[in-house]
Amino acid sequence: MIYLTRKAEFSSAHFYFNPLWTPDQNLAAFGKCANPNGHGHNYTLEVTVAGEVDPATGFVVDLKLLKDILEREVVSVYDHHHLNHEVPEFAATNPTTENIAVAIWTRLDGKIPNARLHRVRVYEMADLFADFYGETA
Amino acid sequence: MSALVQFTRRYRFSASHRLHAPGMSNEQNAEVYGKCNNRFGHGHNYAVEITVAGPVDAETGFVVDMVQMDAFARREIVDRFDETHLNADPVFMGDCVPSTENLAYEIERVFKAEMPKLDATGRLRLTRVRIEETGNNSFELMCDEPQKQSRAAL
Repeated sequence: MIYLTRKAEFSSAHFYFNPLWTPDQNLAAFGKCANPNGHGHNYTLEVTVAGEVDPATGFVVDLKLLKDILEREVVSVYDHHHLNHEVPEFAATNPTTENIAVAIWTRLDGKIPNARLHRVRVYEMADLFADFYGETA
Repeated sequence: MSALVQFTRRYRFSASHRLHAPGMSNEQNAEVYGKCNNRFGHGHNYAVEITVAGPVDAETGFVVDMVQMDAFARREIVDRFDETHLNADPVFMGDCVPSTENLAYEIERVFKAEMPKLDATGRLRLTRVRIEETGNNSFELMCDEPQKQSRAAL
C-alpha cells in the first residue's frame, strides 16, 4: 500500500459567527475572528490517498488527474471566495479549519479512481492545521 | 455523531542542551553522543507540534479552544524552555538526558495533565507530540499508544 499526497493552495475570506448567539457571545467565543467583514488566509491543502501501484503505469493514481480533481472540487470553489457567503456548506456551518477539512473530505470522497481517500490536512497557516481521516465520534 | 478531527498547533522555542548521561564515563559519553556531548552545550530552534483529537463542536466548529490551548502552551512550554539551557531544567538535571525524545515525553506529560481543563466534551485526546529539533531531525510521539514509562517521568 502506498500513500500519496498532493498539495494545493487556496486563498479565501471567512469569519466565525454563530447566528444563535448574541453579538457579545460571538465576540467572547471568537474574538477578532468574529469580525463580520471577514478576514483571510492562504490555505494549504494536502490530500493523501492510499492504494496499490498499478503495474502497468507504476502509479497509484495519476497525479495530474488528482490535481484536476482538487482543482475542480475544491480550489475552483474556495479560492478567492468568501467561505461564509459563497460556499454552500458554510452557509450555516462555521468555516473553521476543522470544518473545512471535513467539508473537503465530503467533496472528494468517492471521486478519486483506484485509490482510497486517507487524509485531508488543511493548513490555515504554518502553525495551525487540522487533519480529518473520515472518522466520526 | 460528529466528525472526529485532529487539530495541530505549532509552538517554537530556542534552547541549549548537552547530551551527557551521568551513568556513563566521559569517554563513553563522547563516543555515544559525539559533538552533542560538547561540555559547553549547543542549541536549537525547536518547533513543537501538539495534536489533539476530538469531535467538532456543533456550536463553534472547533475541537478545542485554541486561545486556551495557546495560553497553556505559552506558559508551560514556551516560557519554561525558551532561551534556557535544558540541562538546568528540574526534569533534566539528574539522570534524564535532554534528548529530544525525552523532551517529547516531558511535553506529553505536561499536556496530558492539562487535557481535562482543555476538554469541554470529555472526549478530547492528546494524540501526538512532534518536535523538530532542526529542519532535518524530527521526533514523533504517538500519545494514544500504550505507553512505555518515559524516562522523564521516572
